[in-house]
Amino acid sequence: MKKLIATILVGSVLSVGVIADDWDDDNPAIFFSEDGADMWLEPQGPNEVSLEECDLGLGAGVVEGAYAQLPRYFEDTGKVMDLEARLVHCMVTLQGRDADEITAHPYSLSGETGTEIEALSTWIAEQSLDMPIQPPQDHDAEKAAYTLGEKLFYYRAGTHDFGCSTCHRQSNTRIRLQELANLTTADGAGAAYGSYPAYRVTQGVVRSMGWRMRDCARQQRLPEMQLGSEASVALQVYMAVNADGAPMTAPTMKR
Amino acid sequence: MHKLLLSMVVLCLASLNVFADDSAYNALMNSMKAINGVGLDRIEQDEMQAACSNPQSMIADPEESERLRQSAMAAVKKPSDGVYLGDWKRGKEIAANGKGLQYSDDQNDPNGGNCYACHQLDPDEVAYGTLGPSLTNYGMRGQSQAVLDYTWSKLWNATAWVPCSHMPRFGHNGVLTEQQLKDIMALLLDPESPVNKH
Repeated sequence: MKKLIATILVGSVLSVGVIADDWDDDNPAIFFSEDGADMWLEPQGPNEVSLEECDLGLGAGVVEGAYAQLPRYFEDTGKVMDLEARLVHCMVTLQGRDADEITAHPYSLSGETGTEIEALSTWIAEQSLDMPIQPPQDHDAEKAAYTLGEKLFYYRAGTHDFGCSTCHRQSNTRIRLQELANLTTADGAGAAYGSYPAYRVTQGVVRSMGWRMRDCARQQRLPEMQLGSEASVALQVYMAVNADGAPMTAPTMKR
Repeated sequence: MHKLLLSMVVLCLASLNVFADDSAYNALMNSMKAINGVGLDRIEQDEMQAACSNPQSMIADPEESERLRQSAMAAVKKPSDGVYLGDWKRGKEIAANGKGLQYSDDQNDPNGGNCYACHQLDPDEVAYGTLGPSLTNYGMRGQSQAVLDYTWSKLWNATAWVPCSHMPRFGHNGVLTEQQLKDIMALLLDPESPVNKH
C-alpha cells in the first residue's frame, strides 16, 4: 500500500515535468497546481464552458506569463484588476456564474483543503515562473492605482495605529522570529510579491496574494479586505511595480 | 525673493500633504466589510494617525508635531489608586499574548499586549521581534517616580514622547486595561521579573 502511494506521488511529481527542476520537489503546492490546471479546462456554470477563453491580459486563453503582468487595466471592465478579480469576472461573463457565490468563501479556513480560487491562482502563477514581475504602468488608471497603493501602504488606522509600513518599510527586522520584507525596495518587494501563491506549512494550504492582503488587514485590526477590491488591487500594484522586474518564484513554500 | 521662497515652502508642504487626502480612506471604505466586532469605524483616522500616514513617518510641521505630542501627554491617565506596579507573572502572560481586537479573536477574551512581537524581554524567550529596542534588564533603571511616570506614559501613549511612534497606544486606545498595564509595568520593573534576573 505504501508503495502504491509512493508510486502515485512520484507520478504526480513527474507529470509536471519541466517545473520539477525549479520547484522544491517536496512542495505540496504541486497538488493545488494540478487541480487548478484541471479547473481551467472544466466546463462549469449555466453556460457549461471552461475558462479557456478567459483573457488574463495577454489575450483570450493566454496563461503563460500573464500573472507576472498583473494587476493591469482591462478595457472591458474599465478597471485595474488582479488575477483573482479577473478570474471572478471570467467565471461570471463566460460561465454565467454568480459573483457573490464565487467570492463568498474564496480562501480556505484552517483545516480546509483548498478553494477553486487558490488552485487556479497556483497554476496560473506557476505559468509565470522565473519571468520578470512587470505589471504595466501605461494607462492612467494603472498609474493612479500605484499612487493609491502607496498611500494605502502608509495609511495608519485602527486600535493599534498599524499601517503596512509599520512592519514593511525597514530592512532586517522581524516580528517574533518572522523576518519582514521591506516592500519599499525592489529586492524586498520582488522577493515577497514573487513568492505568492505559497504553500503555508503551518496552514496546510496554498495562500494567494489576495489572501495575504486580507490577512495583513486582519492583523492590523482592520475589517475584512474583500477579494479584488480597489484597496487590495492597489496594494498589489504598489508591490508589483516596486518589484521592478524581479523574477516570479511562486508557488513557494513558507512556514 | 521672499515671495519666491514662500511659494517654494508652500509647494513643499503641498507635496507632503498629498498623503493627507481622502483617497486611501475612501478606497478602504469601498474595499472592506465589517466582521465579528470589527467595524468600518476602524478605518477612520484620528489626528495623530492622519498626521503620521506618510513615507517619512513624521509630522512635517514641528509646531504641529509638538502640539500633538503635548496633547497626547496631557491625556495620559495615571493609575487611579496611585499604584503603578502589578504582578509580573500576569504581565508575562500579557506580553506573550498576541491576540485581541482582530476579527479572528474571541471578542470576550482579554486582549494581549504582544510585546514580544517587537521587543526582547525575558532573555529565555528567543522568539522576539526587533522592530523595537530590547527591554531586557529594563528594571536596572530602578523604581523612582520619574521612571514610573515615564514608563507608564510610554505604555499608555508612546506618541506622548515620540510622535508617530510605531508602538500601539495601549492605554489611550483601550487595548489594555489599567490592571494589565500595571502588570506589564511589574514585568518591566520588578527585580524578581525574569526580564531583570539575568
